[in-house]
Amino acid sequence: MQMTMVEALNSALALELERDERVVLLGEDIGANGGVFRVTERLQQRFGEKRVFDTPLAESAIIGTSIGMAVYGLRPVAEIQFAGFLYLCMNQLVSQAARIRFRSAGAFTCPLVVRAPYGGGVRTPEMHSDSLEGVFSQTPGLKIVLPSNPYDAKGLLSSAVADPDPVLFLENIKLYRSFRQDTPEDYYTIPLGKAKPVQEGTDVSIFAYGAMVNVAQEAAKQAQQEMGTSVEVIDLRTIWPLDEEAIAASVEKTGRAIIVHEAPRAGGIGAEITAVINERCFYSLLKPIQRVTGYDTPYPVPGQEDYYLPTPAKVLSTIREVMEP
Amino acid sequence: MTIQQVESGLASYQILDVEGNLVGEMPDLSAERMLALYRYMRLARAFSDKIIALQRQGRATTFGSLVGQEASAVGLAAPLQPQDWLATSYREIASLIVKGVPLATLVYAFRGFTPSDWPAESRCLPFQVVIGTQMLHAVGLGMAAKIAGDPVVAVGVCGDGATSEGDFNEALNFAGVFQAPVVLIVQNNGWAISVPRHKQSAARSFASRGEGFGVPGELVDGNDIFAVYDSVQRAVERARAGQGPTLIETLTYRIGAHTTADDPTRYRDPAEVEAWRAKDPIARFQKFLTRRNLLDEAQAERIVQEVEEEINEAVQEAEARPSMAPDSFFDYTMAALPPRLQEQRADLLRYVKRKD
Repeated sequence: MQMTMVEALNSALALELERDERVVLLGEDIGANGGVFRVTERLQQRFGEKRVFDTPLAESAIIGTSIGMAVYGLRPVAEIQFAGFLYLCMNQLVSQAARIRFRSAGAFTCPLVVRAPYGGGVRTPEMHSDSLEGVFSQTPGLKIVLPSNPYDAKGLLSSAVADPDPVLFLENIKLYRSFRQDTPEDYYTIPLGKAKPVQEGTDVSIFAYGAMVNVAQEAAKQAQQEMGTSVEVIDLRTIWPLDEEAIAASVEKTGRAIIVHEAPRAGGIGAEITAVINERCFYSLLKPIQRVTGYDTPYPVPGQEDYYLPTPAKVLSTIREVMEP
Repeated sequence: MTIQQVESGLASYQILDVEGNLVGEMPDLSAERMLALYRYMRLARAFSDKIIALQRQGRATTFGSLVGQEASAVGLAAPLQPQDWLATSYREIASLIVKGVPLATLVYAFRGFTPSDWPAESRCLPFQVVIGTQMLHAVGLGMAAKIAGDPVVAVGVCGDGATSEGDFNEALNFAGVFQAPVVLIVQNNGWAISVPRHKQSAARSFASRGEGFGVPGELVDGNDIFAVYDSVQRAVERARAGQGPTLIETLTYRIGAHTTADDPTRYRDPAEVEAWRAKDPIARFQKFLTRRNLLDEAQAERIVQEVEEEINEAVQEAEARPSMAPDSFFDYTMAALPPRLQEQRADLLRYVKRKD
């Protein structure tokens, strides 16, 4: 069935609620309203207010109480309305959810999924477009997933719910309804921690996730047409754990690497991938690794955001750079 | 100068007065149970003194004194049933003991290791140090019990300082909105390290703050074991009966330092400490028990010796346990270690071997 990412996520959540009575959904406006992006549309009507419920407007409490529910034995899937508001529950997510297993030597666990929309390009108010995956990537015990298409989104979300540990599931706002894709109506999973080559190539590797996968693919197409450059695009899908094998294998083949992400550059996932390449396959490199990322400024206001975000033109220019003889 | 822990004139619920006289209706406790509570209070004090002594000898890590708060900590845990949950701060070690966490497990934790035998069936979350945070965990546990339809209650405990945190307020709000079967307890011991109660909040009492969240509150004499027990018992059973959450403030005092790293002579008047020593919760209960012919001097002495022996055995057992393996902090990071962590673990072990 052709689904948007919103529909695919809704389908995954409906199947989880059907399959496992321990699964509960909570968050702001997720009930009658179906979530501000409609990811939970009709789920409260179908599964009742006990399983799908609105909470008061308090992010720390959404995660804090979800931790209690997860420890109790439920499988909470919490929605934080926008990833920019995750700072409000930083302590509960980082210091608590991700440490319950560690603190109790496995006596208690925290199988919790936190879903949050992120990403720019849709003219939102302040703090509605920020990409926070880098911030959370220094949280041992927390997995971080960022799907790039409806099919992956559904399979990865099902894996996240089944995971015995907390998962931060970041959904790109621009991808929510930008295209449809053939997506099974039935249950399936896609393993966390596995990258997917979306386009094979031999000259340069681009590592991306979320909305940047399409940006990379568009640049790759132009590079092929304009320069005959063969670009490999790897969709990381999960940035913690990072699929280091896939990264190294690709760089060993192409000898050139570009990392694309929306988040600021400093201390970001691009820096981490650069370090991984250095450690694992430095001598395969023909050219220095390049990053095409958001700038180290606050995420700008809507009128300026197009300048901030990585674009196919910026990526293409970087491909040109690394392909110079 | 003494601090103001609660608005003057506000009466706290009391069953035993400072002299151990019965001034209210006694909770329904057998003589045996009362002696057990007395013993737990003695155990709590001796445990606190022991860990602090071990810390001075370099045999334990930082520890926060429990002295003065034994009635509150024991009294709040005693009414709980095995299926009930308890989420506390580090000041309620006695509550954990009452709820079934073994002494040796706790001693091992204070040696600076993670015990591998934390009893999940005790339904006590391991204490954590981010102030106020556990109150939301308690509310979530209660919400889950309600969703599951289980007759289970969750109790969250924090100190007076924690009431200033957002999580405390969010916990009360969620508890009220979801009518969660929870009891949220504030041990008002007067001091948040060096900051006195009146600089923490302008509220008349912490119990009165429940009103703003639609949660009934009760101010209780925290040095009166009967009052604490009775108040928590009523709240727990109200919660179990589907009648929603309760906020309880136990008015008590931290006789000791905040932790072994703290020097309270820098910020508080010794006269204040002495005034509270006169309200000692153990002495008060002992006077009552003695007057009722449930306990005599010799028995009390025997109990003191017994708990001392019990603690010494626990210390022996904990010190005989092997230290955690050098690479054990990898064990519980997540259910299954991704390749990166497996590599890091192997890397660490190379150095451990090299050192040997």
